Amino acid sequence: MSPADDLDASTERRLLRSVVQVARHAFGAAAASVFLVDPDTRELVFEAVAGEGDDKLVGTRFPAGTGIAGWVASSGQSMLVDDLRESRQFDTKAAQSTGYVPDSIMAAPLFSGDACIGVLEVLDRGAEMPAREMADVALLDLLADQAAIGLELLTRLRETSPSRRSDKAMQLLAMAEALLANTHG
Amino acid sequence: MSPGPDAPTRPATPGAAPAASAVPTESAAPAEAEPVAPPWRGGAHRHVVGVPAYGARTSGGGSGEFPLADLPGVGPAWAWGGADGAGVRVCVVDSGVEGGHPLVGEVDRSVTVVDREDGTVGIADCPPTDVAGHGTACAGVIRAIAPGVSLSSARVLTDGKNGSGDALLAGLSWAVEEGFDVVNLSLATTRQALAASLHELADRAYFRRCTLVVSAHNRPVPSFPWSFASVVSVASHDEDGPMTYYYNPAPPVEFHARGVRVPVAWPGGGTIRSTGNSFAAPHIAGLCALVLSKHPWLTPAQLKTVLFQCAANVAHRTGGAHEPGR
Repeated sequence: MSPADDLDASTERRLLRSVVQVARHAFGAAAASVFLVDPDTRELVFEAVAGEGDDKLVGTRFPAGTGIAGWVASSGQSMLVDDLRESRQFDTKAAQSTGYVPDSIMAAPLFSGDACIGVLEVLDRGAEMPAREMADVALLDLLADQAAIGLELLTRLRETSPSRRSDKAMQLLAMAEALLANTHG
Repeated sequence: MSPGPDAPTRPATPGAAPAASAVPTESAAPAEAEPVAPPWRGGAHRHVVGVPAYGARTSGGGSGEFPLADLPGVGPAWAWGGADGAGVRVCVVDSGVEGGHPLVGEVDRSVTVVDREDGTVGIADCPPTDVAGHGTACAGVIRAIAPGVSLSSARVLTDGKNGSGDALLAGLSWAVEEGFDVVNLSLATTRQALAASLHELADRAYFRRCTLVVSAHNRPVPSFPWSFASVVSVASHDEDGPMTYYYNPAPPVEFHARGVRVPVAWPGGGTIRSTGNSFAAPHIAGLCALVLSKHPWLTPAQLKTVLFQCAANVAHRTGGAHEPGR
């Protein structure tokens, strides 16, 4: 995507794009992606991806509770699986629909308070450093936390700024009314 | 693993600078102003005092030795030598279990949480299937440790709209009431509103001789029920032995079992390698089944004592700590 596209996108989207880019880079991964949980249907909605598969996937929905991301979203616990290609029947449908069949998946939940609002997933992290499983999961947890905090701040900002704006408008209105009252008085 | 990357995220250990400097020091040695803890007592986490326990990271390698345990005759050979778990009923409360998987075998009872019309949740029998794969993985670990157990499944992670909290309570409650000897719960909830109900349920299980083996949440958020004293809580170590486990000198998580690159069953008959505390808990659940198949009269408290006694870092009469347990 070009920088101009990036500026057009919402802050949320830019944040999530940035998160997946950082995650992909940090792990030397084939791809990183982030899903958000639809609060009404509890489906997982593909929000951003870096690497294999691309932005045309954004908006794709997956049923709640399916696959690794689904389990992570339902349980609130991170998870790492390897050797997926050796498994004869790893969720091939979902994997093929994303255009890339990974050998390993690492996924961590995004929390807002005590609710899981999304999942950060890394596909095929680089294998240069062996036996780093738990450290990798710990780092992914930290990245997921940062993404979740960013989203929460944006949500709060959107919730509070209109009312503040209207407060200001009300204050201006009151001041104007007072001035008018003085001139009439 | 290297402790480096996650070191800054760990909670401060006792005696760390902020705590020490907050207390006026009277003795000449400010760093050792606090009473010296006996060697078998691990450091207390700052966050467990009076508040729900937080997450527990994976232990790298073994823990410190425990030289004081001395129950003559109680060791791995006594506890589970020759046992296969026969006669013990284990329930996996998770995403379901795929029956007939080569690593899982037969699933004796399979139920799922269902949404009732009045908005509450109920329990209904269902075919032994697993859309997420996680429960199947846990069941396979238990079967590998204790081939003779009777395995059942309660699916609480559903695709319904009900909060997973209600489903968790319903499924766990069912498993306790059904009188399973061991319940594996590789799940945690972060919802404070559920803490009291889960606590009551964990105590009920404890007094009904139903041992809850629960995986510790792996991140620093308050979560339940692994942090309760009435359950057997498990986090991961990074070694390869399926029977190798350690007692953790710094609870609330009490045991560390294999949880890194564990070969586990995956739906469709396959096998993958998976990492997480989720897969450490079923190792201990399987061990509990082995012990109970030889010593069915053990209460959960006695069972936990046996687990402590046989942990790889607790010295038993055959020799020092850190020797192969079997």
